[in-house]
Amino acid sequence: MSTPIVEMKSIEKHFGPVIALAGVSFDIRPGECHCLLGDNGAGKSTFIKTMAGVHKPTKGEILFEGTPMSFDSPRDSMEAGIATVYQDLAMIPLMSVTRNFWMGREPEKGFAPFKRVDFDHANQVTMDEMKKMGINLRSPDQAVGTLSGGERQTVAIARAVYFGAKVLILDEPTSALGVRQTANVLSTIDKVRKKGIGVVFITHNVRHALAVGDRFTVLNRGKTLGTAGRGEITPEQLQDLMAGGQEMAQLEGSLGGTV
Amino acid sequence: MTDERLREVSRLRRAMIRPELGAIAGTILVFVFFLMIAGDSGMFGPKGIQNWTVVSAQFAIIAVGACLLMIAGEFDLSVGSMIGFAGVVIAILSVQWGWPVWASIIVAFAICLALGFVNGVLVIKTGLPSFIVTLAFLYILRGLTIWLSILTTRQTIIGGVKDVAEGDPLAWAFGGVILKPVFQWLADIGLIDTFTRGTRAGQPVVEGVPMLVVWALALIVFGHFLLTKTKFGNWIFAAGGDKQAARYVGVPVDRVKILMFMFTAFCACVFATCQVMEFGSAAADRGLLKEFEAIICVVIGGALLTGGYGSVIGAALGALIFGVVQQGLFFSGAESSLFRVFLGTILILAVILNTYIRRMITGER
Ligand SMILES: Nc1ncnc2c1ncn2[C@@H]1O[C@H](COP(=O)(O)OP(=O)(O)OP(=O)(O)O)[C@@H](O)[C@H]1O
Ligand SMILES: [Mg+2]
Repeated sequence: MSTPIVEMKSIEKHFGPVIALAGVSFDIRPGECHCLLGDNGAGKSTFIKTMAGVHKPTKGEILFEGTPMSFDSPRDSMEAGIATVYQDLAMIPLMSVTRNFWMGREPEKGFAPFKRVDFDHANQVTMDEMKKMGINLRSPDQAVGTLSGGERQTVAIARAVYFGAKVLILDEPTSALGVRQTANVLSTIDKVRKKGIGVVFITHNVRHALAVGDRFTVLNRGKTLGTAGRGEITPEQLQDLMAGGQEMAQLEGSLGGTV
Repeated sequence: MTDERLREVSRLRRAMIRPELGAIAGTILVFVFFLMIAGDSGMFGPKGIQNWTVVSAQFAIIAVGACLLMIAGEFDLSVGSMIGFAGVVIAILSVQWGWPVWASIIVAFAICLALGFVNGVLVIKTGLPSFIVTLAFLYILRGLTIWLSILTTRQTIIGGVKDVAEGDPLAWAFGGVILKPVFQWLADIGLIDTFTRGTRAGQPVVEGVPMLVVWALALIVFGHFLLTKTKFGNWIFAAGGDKQAARYVGVPVDRVKILMFMFTAFCACVFATCQVMEFGSAAADRGLLKEFEAIICVVIGGALLTGGYGSVIGAALGALIFGVVQQGLFFSGAESSLFRVFLGTILILAVILNTYIRRMITGER
């Protein structure tokens, strides 16, 4: 078994009186897709934000490739090779697709003090990466505000896939996507994983998780309910874990089928 | 690559749909208007052109700073007070304390950059709107300026800068005139009038291009290049567009904002230094209302008050409109109070047009 790229040990995160994370351990290895599941408010987004350097953990340890690491900002984690699609996307509607795609890591050409962004290259890559995800952009100069919700989500995913050198974190990437784009994202996860990149995949959809996941960790109210490997858990068990058991069975009964 | 859902957009239309459109239209309108009502008043003769060019350049210098800062999502209302403050610092150091003028100018710039830094840090650390923080500095700096001036000279105007600035290289960089031979030549071939009497007989009525105008052009080119072509420019847009999203992808938002406060202060100091060199004096009431005039230029130029969108070229055109209207009404002999009426009207028209264009570009709803 390969060593984890990132290992998070008993992470706690408090927001004032709110205990968002109460000791969560988690690791991500090269070439695997580790799914993070759990109800609304379970702490999934908070957890991956500590991994991405947005939040500093109140307690706990983060190891990056075996050495203790403290990311002070998202920039540090990006530089270490971790790319993230945030649930709120981190897209700026007033700016063009290209400017958003490259934001924070713009390609440059020329010499100081006349270094400038290489927009030809940037536009080309943006269009190509979007096409790979199944979206034909009208123009790379188009403002993100003119895109549909799913198209925006695709830009965010394409950007993270392009820059995720070692770890790719996806926080509910498929929530606004159509059938074809969802299939595309799932197959992209598979492709990326085969390149040896570790993928952290947050979703509420058990079928999506089982389609690509190698391991599954369920969070509930800031704690892990445990981690299971592929084949060690049935979809029903996973569903129950996520939603906290009996109530779910009752609900399903009254709705007459699997939710 | 084509998209079947995209209607063929004519090239003209595409060229038209740009953030500066409101300012371009306003500029054309203003020039047509004054060519009609003041075409034969000398406003478009060499002396007249120089007159409104200098005034527009003054507006442009502070508008460039205000523009980049506004796009980064912040305001600086202390610009006007900083202009008065920097001027008085230069005059006290050079005239009262007998420092070389170049040293006084350098100190004034250092103080202004430090003040910009303090503005920025306070806004970032307190999380208060920059509107409030810099409003406090509007009062603090104006008060300090008057107090310092009265404390050292017992008056609010400090003269005598012209004499001490004689031959000073840095003073020339702000108060000098370039391209004199070209203008002499233009006079020789009869394109520019010459003085017919007095000590300057035979010299052209317009001596050359004032350094003030050079500064304005340099700042416009710099600001435009920075904003549209560089990585840092992308960060300016990002910091003002959505600072949380920008932070997520590693943009150092705080650093960008603080640097923009410092750049605005730098522009204010350029303005102040040019003015002191031009008048040969500093006065504690200089720069009054300049912060609002800068903001008006920027908004006429198509920038969004809430940040994340705008254009330096637009802001420069806004400054041109401002300068031409102010001087044009003077040339046409109109009541000077009408200046404000006219300006207010242009402001509204330009902003309506800008809003419409911006919605088309950004899909804002
Ligand atoms: N910045 C914050 N300040 C205070 N409380 C916060 C903050 N961020 C998150 N929380 C709280 O932490 C808890 C976990 O939130 P989090 O966003 O991590 O949930 P989640 O598992 O991602 O949920 P969802 O599935 O709805 O996205 C919530 O109760 C939330 O209110
Ligand atoms: Mg979440």
